[in-house]
Amino acid sequence: MATNTNAAEAAYSVHPMPQLEPSFWGNQVFWLLVTLVVIYFVLSRIALPRIAAVLAERQGTITNDLAKAEELKAKAVEAEEAYNKALADARAEAQRIAAETKAEMQAELDAATVKADAEIAEKLAESEKAIAEIRANALASVEAVAKDTAAELITALGGEADDKAVDAAVAARMKG
Amino acid sequence: MASEAQGAKEGGLEFHPMDQFIVKPLFGGDEIAWYTITNVTLWMALAVIGITAMMVIGTSRRAMIPSRSQSIGELAYGFIYKMVEDVAGKDAVKFFPYIMTLFMFIVFANFLGLLPMSFTTTSHFAVTITLALLVFVTVTVVGFVKNGAAFLGLFWVSSAPLALRPILAVIEVISYFVRPVSHSIRLAGNVMAGHAVIKVFAGFAALAVVSPLSIVAITAMYGLEVLVAFIQAYVFTILTCVYLKDALHPSH
Repeated sequence: MATNTNAAEAAYSVHPMPQLEPSFWGNQVFWLLVTLVVIYFVLSRIALPRIAAVLAERQGTITNDLAKAEELKAKAVEAEEAYNKALADARAEAQRIAAETKAEMQAELDAATVKADAEIAEKLAESEKAIAEIRANALASVEAVAKDTAAELITALGGEADDKAVDAAVAARMKG
Repeated sequence: MASEAQGAKEGGLEFHPMDQFIVKPLFGGDEIAWYTITNVTLWMALAVIGITAMMVIGTSRRAMIPSRSQSIGELAYGFIYKMVEDVAGKDAVKFFPYIMTLFMFIVFANFLGLLPMSFTTTSHFAVTITLALLVFVTVTVVGFVKNGAAFLGLFWVSSAPLALRPILAVIEVISYFVRPVSHSIRLAGNVMAGHAVIKVFAGFAALAVVSPLSIVAITAMYGLEVLVAFIQAYVFTILTCVYLKDALHPSH
C-alpha cells in the first residue's frame, strides 16, 4: 500500500497524473489569482517604487561625487599652476636682484677706480710739480753758487770781480 | 485506491512519483472546492511570504550602500527591468511590475518546490496555463488597443512573396494561438518531469545494492533541477517580454 495515503485521497479516485485531475483545477486557479494579485500589489505599491528610489538616489550620489571629484581635481591643477607660477616669479625676482646687485657693485667699483685714477693722477701732478720746483730751486742755487764761486775765484786770483761780467759768464756757461 | 493507481509494484519496489503532485485539503475534508485551503494555498502563501521578505523586508533600510538582502532585491529588480527594456522596448516599462510579478512568483514557486516534502505549484498545468493565458490575453488586448487593426499585420509577412503570404498568415495565426500552450507546458513539464525523476530514483533507494547510486543520481538531478528552476522562470519571463514586444511593435 502507499505510505502516504490519507483520508482525502482515499475518499475519491485521483487521476494517475494529478495535473490532469479536473477537480483540482478550480482550486489552483483561484489561489493562483489571489497569489498573483497579492504579489502584484506588494511589488507595485511597496517594493518596486522603493528599490527604484534607492537606485535613483544612489545614481544621483555617484554622479554628484564624480562631479565633486572632478571639481577637486580642477582645483588641484589650479593650485599646481599657481605654485609653478609663484616658483617662476620667485626665480625671476632672484635673478633680477642678483643682476641689480652685480650692476651696483660694478658701478661702485667703476666709481672707485675712477676716483683712484684721479687721485693717482693728482698725486702724480703734485709730485711732478714738486720735482720741477726742486729742480728749479736747484738750478737757481747752482747759479748763485756759481756766481759766488766765480766772484770768490776772481777775488782770490787778485782780480776785481765785476758782477755783470760774472753773471753773463755764468749764464753763458749754464746754457752750455 | 488512489495511490495504488500511481504506484507500480515491481519486486518490492514501490514507485509513487506522481503522489507529490496531489492537491490535498490542509484541514481535512474530502471535497476540494475552489475556495478550499489546500497545500496549493500553503505553498503559494509561502511564495508570497518569501517574495515579501526579499523585496520588502530586505529593502526596508533603503540603504545607500546595500546590505546583502537589499542587494539581492536590487539585483532581481535590475535583472527583470533590463530584460523588459532590452527585449520589449522602452515603452514596455509600464508592464514591468506585471512581468516582475510573474517572474518572482515562478522563481519562488520553483525553488520552494525543491524543498523536500514540499508541493510545487508550478508543476501543475492548471497554474501555468493560467499564467500563460494571462500573458496571452494581455498581449492580445494590448496589441489591439495600441495598434488597432494594424496588429493583424503581425500575421501578414510583408517581406515574403505575395503568393506565400496567405499560407504564412495561416501558419502565423496557428503559431500565435499555440503560444500559450507551449509557454505553459514548457514550465510545468520541466518542473514536473524533474521532480518525478527524482522520486523514481528515490524509489530505487529501497534496494540496498543500488542505493548509493540512487543517492548520487538524486544529487545530480537535484543540481539540474536547481538550474531548471531558475532557467524556466527566466524563459517564461523573457518569452512574455518577446510576446509583449510583438504587441507593442507588431511590424516584422
